[in-house]
Amino acid sequence: MNAIEIRNIAKKYKGFSLGPVSLTLPSGCILGLIGENGAGKTTTIKALLGMNRPDSGEISLLGQPLSADLRNEIGVVLDEVGLPENLHIRQIEKIMKYSFRNWQSDAFAEYIKKFNLPENKRFKTFSKGMKMKLGLAIALSHDAKLLVLDEPTAGLDPLVREELLDLLNDFTRDEGHAVLISSHIVSDLEKVCDYIAFLHKGQLMLCEEKDRLLEQYGFLQTTEENLNALEPDAIKGRRVTQYGAEAIVDRTRVPQTFDIRPVTIEELFVYMAKEG
Amino acid sequence: MNLFIDNKSGAPIYDQIYSQIKALIISGALSENDPLPSIRSLAKDLRISVVTTKRAYDELEREGFLYTVPAKGCFVAPKNTELLREEHLKQIENHLLEIRQLAAACGMSKQDIIQMLDLLDS
Repeated sequence: MNAIEIRNIAKKYKGFSLGPVSLTLPSGCILGLIGENGAGKTTTIKALLGMNRPDSGEISLLGQPLSADLRNEIGVVLDEVGLPENLHIRQIEKIMKYSFRNWQSDAFAEYIKKFNLPENKRFKTFSKGMKMKLGLAIALSHDAKLLVLDEPTAGLDPLVREELLDLLNDFTRDEGHAVLISSHIVSDLEKVCDYIAFLHKGQLMLCEEKDRLLEQYGFLQTTEENLNALEPDAIKGRRVTQYGAEAIVDRTRVPQTFDIRPVTIEELFVYMAKEG
Repeated sequence: MNLFIDNKSGAPIYDQIYSQIKALIISGALSENDPLPSIRSLAKDLRISVVTTKRAYDELEREGFLYTVPAKGCFVAPKNTELLREEHLKQIENHLLEIRQLAAACGMSKQDIIQMLDLLDS
């Protein structure tokens, strides 16, 4: 079963248009959505969650169209965690108990302890990182099958980010679980994702299995003449200086004699985005 | 069972798992009918992609190193002597290729190599 299926959604705003975007996330996997500021990540995620209405296209989550009931099955953390400012964690939990059918108090208490969140302070006194952690604790405590996280690692320190990645990794031990996560911090996504999607200026550049990308593409340092002699299609992005040229190339379409080193997802995105 | 993933080596991750498990089976560190970790738990423990792990297992199964029991998991296949022989022949071939390159580099002829082998045997 596919946890997420997006078919050709498009949305036009003044000065920005998204898509058409098609994405598929198989159950049991983690999909990382990468894109610069304003690339359309949040627009895509909001369309997915029914928070905006795309002009065209179809969306299905966990095998069905979005409905109020389905929201119980989806854990969401958006970049701004919106909770009543003046409440303590215990009061917030009461609200959640009535909001979600499968609220798990034990799990919630465990996450609060794990994240070191204070139970006796008002939400408005929380730091950005603490708000994010509380949002995550809630998303993980109502037996969700799909997690949708928009920039969850922004504002978190490296230790907590690592912890979060471990949580996501553990979450998908269950074959019925899946995660969609967007981030600027590409190295985080590179660590946990099974699939990677690049969004650039509202267009989907690619959506591929991460390890296939790393196998297929490589980083080449050579002279400009050598680079120009290659098939133009083999080059996915280039940077030429007066001392030489660097390029991201398709390994299968470049002579084996070139010394090609492994590429990171971050390099791949930056070079491809510049070329596009 | 020890498995090491090297992200910097440039060797495909699936290939690293595939060859390490294969080496463990051939060397006897994993014996007949030993259960292998499930694809999902191996992937999550090593923090690598599930799809990639599945590819490595599929490859091992296709080559007859392991078998799958539905709903039970994957197990090491009974050792196939023919398969082992084939594997060793492949290795010998690779070594010979290397020898040939080295020999060419220092100007040795095929005769010289054979002579060397005879000398070692006597």
